[in-house]
Amino acid sequence: MVFALDIRGLCKSFDRPAVAGLDLGVRQGEFYSLLGPNGAGKTTTLRMVAGLLPPDAGTIRICGIDALRDPVEAKRIVAWVSDEPMIYDKLTPYEYLEFVAGLWSLDAELAEARARELMDWLGLAPHAHERCEGFSKGMRQKVALAGALVHGPRVIILDEPLTGLDAGSARQVKRVLRERVAAGGTVIMTTHILEVAERMADRVGIIAGGRLIAEGTLDELRAQAGQKLSSLEDTFLALVAEQQAA
Amino acid sequence: MTAGSITWFANHELRLAWRDWLSMMTAGRRGRERIVAVAVAIFLVFAHLLAWYFVGRYVDVGTEPDKPALIVITGTVLLSWSLLMSQAMESVTRAFYARSDLDLILSSPAAARKIFAVRIAAMALSVIVMAALLGAPLINVLIARGGARWLGAYGVVIAMGATAAAGAVALTVLLFRLIGPKRTRLAAQIVAAVIAAVFIIGLQVAAILSHGTLSRMVFLESDTLVALVPEFDSLVWWPARAALGDLTALAVVLGGSLALLGAAIAVFSARFGDHAIAASGVAATGARQAARSGFRLRGAPRVLRQKEWTLLGRDPWLVSQTLMQMLYLLPPALLLWRSYGEGTGALVVAVPVLVMAAGQLAGGLAWLAISGEDAPDLVATAPIPRGLVVRAKIEAVLGAIAIAFAPFIAALAFLSLSGALASAFGIFAAAAAATAIQFFFRKQATRRYFRHRQTASRFATFAEAFSSISWAATAAVAVAGSWLALFPAAIGLGILAAAYWMSPHRL
Repeated sequence: MVFALDIRGLCKSFDRPAVAGLDLGVRQGEFYSLLGPNGAGKTTTLRMVAGLLPPDAGTIRICGIDALRDPVEAKRIVAWVSDEPMIYDKLTPYEYLEFVAGLWSLDAELAEARARELMDWLGLAPHAHERCEGFSKGMRQKVALAGALVHGPRVIILDEPLTGLDAGSARQVKRVLRERVAAGGTVIMTTHILEVAERMADRVGIIAGGRLIAEGTLDELRAQAGQKLSSLEDTFLALVAEQQAA
Repeated sequence: MTAGSITWFANHELRLAWRDWLSMMTAGRRGRERIVAVAVAIFLVFAHLLAWYFVGRYVDVGTEPDKPALIVITGTVLLSWSLLMSQAMESVTRAFYARSDLDLILSSPAAARKIFAVRIAAMALSVIVMAALLGAPLINVLIARGGARWLGAYGVVIAMGATAAAGAVALTVLLFRLIGPKRTRLAAQIVAAVIAAVFIIGLQVAAILSHGTLSRMVFLESDTLVALVPEFDSLVWWPARAALGDLTALAVVLGGSLALLGAAIAVFSARFGDHAIAASGVAATGARQAARSGFRLRGAPRVLRQKEWTLLGRDPWLVSQTLMQMLYLLPPALLLWRSYGEGTGALVVAVPVLVMAAGQLAGGLAWLAISGEDAPDLVATAPIPRGLVVRAKIEAVLGAIAIAFAPFIAALAFLSLSGALASAFGIFAAAAAATAIQFFFRKQATRRYFRHRQTASRFATFAEAFSSISWAATAAVAVAGSWLALFPAAIGLGILAAAYWMSPHRL
């Protein structure tokens, strides 16, 4: 099976090990949620996958492409959205998407059609020609998400994308992500909102101390934690506590 | 000390001001205090030595000086005051818009009037301390060589700081009332920059028009000006007389200035809170751009360059900061224009100014393009080789420099082709070196930290300045037709090599 994301023996240390020999496989067309306590190594892992941070050791393959040997090819099919939307205040959403399309060397007509479609989906169309400087956090996050999706990535990596969003914006973002998965895309998302992971993710990975301590569907995780009808929150806390005790 | 009292607030403000200053000097790194202290000590010794050389002829000026001496001292006071006023306006604008503690202070039961009275006084104090530190080498040398009567100069420094702070508060509040909180931020920053530039440039322009030179001193000491200025008994000379040790003048100047500051505090501190609230309520509203359809995609390097130019063009504050640097090009441009057809003598004076300006402008633009990237993750995750991104950004900087300086080179070419070539080389070298130094010392930050970019690396700041000076000297000597130009060029290359060697991003 070709994984959308295949990580083997990934290591990264700063003052102390942040990611310590992580193995992780995410299937194509899967919505995968990566959970873990603060400082578990989730963001560090995803930043290495997105090509923002070089690992100390290990391999990263994205849809079969070695991301460390051929980062440009890997980046072509990956989108990265962080919790703090990094957009240009002085550009409009339309111009921002045009800029992103230029970076990914897309065909102009196709890119514009996609951009308009995304702006419609995310409710950005009425603000398409307003500079982003006056936008709320939710609006900015939606612009960043539209930028991530405009080049039609096969793998979308999101680090806490729902932080600070109101209920309406969060619903729009979740709907767009589900539609991407339904269309065959792969979504890998970290979140602290466990209900979101519980409802949206096909599989959940729990990471602590830079290692994957549990992985599977909600039922598989419950079984692993020995808690039959508990919520993901109870299961998550039980597994993390078990790991910390060990 | 009672909590909530004036002294309690003063203690709080001074502690914050001290930590801000320390953080600025050490670039926020612990354990650097000793290095900073040594650097400051070396700077002060060097400044005193320079002052010893320059102020010698004013040591013996008595309390009844001649007019040229009065003009030079008054001119120096006015020049310094304009810079202090500019600095004070920056502080006031920051107090209105950028202090993160306003919500806390204004929502507390403490009297806002007291807090803002202390805050205005603290601003005045910081301006006075800065002026005293910068003026100390000159004044200390004058005291050492001319006697204790020169202590009066410190009194004038205090008066200058007090009036600058009072004037800055009054002017900013006036802007608030006239154009509202939304526009005041930008307007105040532009006014501050213009105030700082206008007196220096005005003196140079007057010197060029009257004597064909960039030297301000030649103009200040000229017979033309001596004939135009008021008589000896005019109030205009009182600050100069106070600096020279005339105790009556000192008492009036110092007393009047402190009274003015007191009045500004009394009048404006009560309303400062309302204005601060109005300023904090100003939400940035996105301007609407003309709707258009059809993406114009011409490859990643071109969209990167275009993005840099669009962002710069749409940010009036950054444009104003950049244009202010260009404002200093007016005097050499005027000198060139005035010297047109009179040989190439003026080139030796004008060319280094152009080259210096190119280096400084390129340094600022390079910081914006390289370190001040607002979406670094987006650019870093794009499928473009990193080298291509860097190249596109460097091209954006050098392209902007080329556009800004092409008219000057064209004008020079009419005077002297070889001079124009030497200038073009100097401008390119200074701009390229400044860009390279910014690249070596890149550190991710948002664009709003543009004004504080120097704090990221003192070494980079000094390297950039000395590099520009070296290339300016190279161009000037080359314009004079001497092969000795190779020496400053070698120094410029040495500085670049040293910057690379010291760079945290060395390969």
